[in-house]
Amino acid sequence: MDQPSPTVPAVYDDAIVKKFAWATMIWGFVGMLVGVIIALELAYWPTNLSIPYITFGRLRPLHTNAVIFAFGGNIVFAGIYYSMQRLMKVRMWNDILSNFHFWGWQAIIVSAALTLPLGLTEGKEYAELIWPIDVAIAVVWVAFAINFFGTIAIRKVAHLYVAIWFYMSFVITIPVLHIVNSLAVPATLTRSYPIYSGMTDALVQWWYGHNAVGFFLTTPFLGLMYYFLPRAAERPVYSYRLSIIHFWGLVFLYIWAGPHHLLYSGLPDWAQTLGMVFSIMLLAPSWGGMLNGLLTLRGAWDRLRTDPVLKFYVVGVSFYGMSTFEGPMMSIRAVNALAHYTSWVVGHVHSGALGWNGMVTFGTLYWLLPRLYKRPLYSTDLATLHFWIATIGIVLYTISMWAGGLNEGLMARAIDDHGQLLYPMWKDIITRLQPFYWVRFGGGLLFLSGVVLMLFNAAMTAFGPTTQSAPGAAPAK
Amino acid sequence: MSNFHRDNIEPRSVVMAVLTTVLISIGGLVEIVPLFTSAGPPPMDGIKPLTALEITGRDIYLREGCYVCHSQMVRPFRSETLRYGPWSRGGEYVYDHPFQLGSRRTGPDLARVGSKYPDSWHFEHMADARQTSDGSIMPKYPWLFEWTIDPAQTQATMLALSRVGVPYTEAQIASAPADMKTQATKIVTGLTAAGYDTTEDKEIVAVIAYLQQLGVNARASIEAEQAKTGGTK
Repeated sequence: MDQPSPTVPAVYDDAIVKKFAWATMIWGFVGMLVGVIIALELAYWPTNLSIPYITFGRLRPLHTNAVIFAFGGNIVFAGIYYSMQRLMKVRMWNDILSNFHFWGWQAIIVSAALTLPLGLTEGKEYAELIWPIDVAIAVVWVAFAINFFGTIAIRKVAHLYVAIWFYMSFVITIPVLHIVNSLAVPATLTRSYPIYSGMTDALVQWWYGHNAVGFFLTTPFLGLMYYFLPRAAERPVYSYRLSIIHFWGLVFLYIWAGPHHLLYSGLPDWAQTLGMVFSIMLLAPSWGGMLNGLLTLRGAWDRLRTDPVLKFYVVGVSFYGMSTFEGPMMSIRAVNALAHYTSWVVGHVHSGALGWNGMVTFGTLYWLLPRLYKRPLYSTDLATLHFWIATIGIVLYTISMWAGGLNEGLMARAIDDHGQLLYPMWKDIITRLQPFYWVRFGGGLLFLSGVVLMLFNAAMTAFGPTTQSAPGAAPAK
Repeated sequence: MSNFHRDNIEPRSVVMAVLTTVLISIGGLVEIVPLFTSAGPPPMDGIKPLTALEITGRDIYLREGCYVCHSQMVRPFRSETLRYGPWSRGGEYVYDHPFQLGSRRTGPDLARVGSKYPDSWHFEHMADARQTSDGSIMPKYPWLFEWTIDPAQTQATMLALSRVGVPYTEAQIASAPADMKTQATKIVTGLTAAGYDTTEDKEIVAVIAYLQQLGVNARASIEAEQAKTGGTK
């Protein structure tokens, strides 16, 4: 436990925040390293090495699970444990539950990292983990939820700040999605089969999958934005009324959007249309959140020049706006006809994951680290360098995938004057994509290099030789 | 409105939690529940559960994450029906647990790949995809030619699937080891005649059995439908 200090009341448990922050950085590195490896496997297939445990088909689920649930999950938990104690003016309700949550979550991640390369999978995208791990996720989540609502129950501030609303939607919705989608009958200790059949399974899966985006990668990250961005900018949130409207809008609308992953499939047409229409409507509350974040910086824009935290946040929130514009467009049947099954979707996902989740995570960490360790950030220059490397990496990644995706989408549908396929050989498409795969690999490598810089900066900030007193360590609220 | 929200909702965590729960439930209930009723796709005529050997191959398909690069869903576009065959109907998937529609075509769609190529094509393709498909970026799968299948595991799979609604009978599950052997022998005999060396217990044989039935059982039904409506495939 931390020593009492004049600036941070001793009641807050910041040790748990430090643990989650380090887990974020370490798993972020691992998850993105695996991403870079599988990007190389697509650019240059012999890197699969004919070894079962590292083929693309087995490592890709490891990459997605690691970056979403390990990197994304740990930063959200770090941010929640830090901000909710301060917003409630009370320590987390139960330290044992906090630590059970931390170690349980890390054990789940380690199990995922061991089982997925072994080919132990349920075969459902973004929900590959085998049933014993699914059970563990539910148990750990219940512990977290009890601690979360317990802390709300003993709070010393009557009013629930907007960040807490967003956290709450995350705490409530994720177990609903996870449990419903994971319902299965075990065949053995490592294999099980979902109770849903065919198209129903597909719909339940994408109801889950799209709302993992909505309630794992969006609402809790908006909660982080609502707490850390005003703190970093030293400005109040732009519009209270807008935050109310866009919160309830997101919570209600997101859930409907899943079927846009199944356009032109055997899913009944009415369900496909509902998914498309609600996806388009989602643009409104999404942009409400983006505008509320960006306009919070009114009067503080000059600080973008010097403060890497704000740089990360502004680019992160901008990418949120861009992805949430792109997503609804891609949900329109005619656009989806071209984009579906192509690299364009991969580019879209990564503009959200690297641009929004990644940048917000980095900004939050650079803001948190000096305050957690009560020492100045080791190097602002390195943090700024990280920002530029990451930004260039994202641009290379997304542009190559958009361009590649358009190429393959157009080639796959091209019909010649005789009404026959212009590119009947799949090889034509693969060959066209190779340069784009290489650029994507380069972009991913840059993004990963930025994380290495951050790990070094964080280690020096936390454990390096003491240099001076901490000007960055402003008193916590 | 803001005042009402601030004074009556924000201080009441239980009200917020309940409201959130209600709002996140509506969309899912409206979209998903009807699929369990008559609104869901009915089984297509001719669709039947996979044989013991085929379901073993499907387990390997899942294990290797084939769905990461291959879809099993042909969309109703001219370019897709030309490339792959008839577009996919919802009723074709009723015995699929889990579904394997896929979301990304790094490689081509497989919904209609069954019987498109001889068994030997798949044998070579899994050993080194470049032998059959110039320019392919698919990994090599040499372990499929060494690792062996275990009929007891297949029986466990069939039992679990029967519990989620796939109509496997007790007799079918009991005779699975013998049925697997019979079907595998047929495939291996053909491969041996073509000059390829393998045995009945190898995983590659199950994978071939699985791939070779993809889309096959739906064919007659789709052709009958086309004949009746005169519609395009």
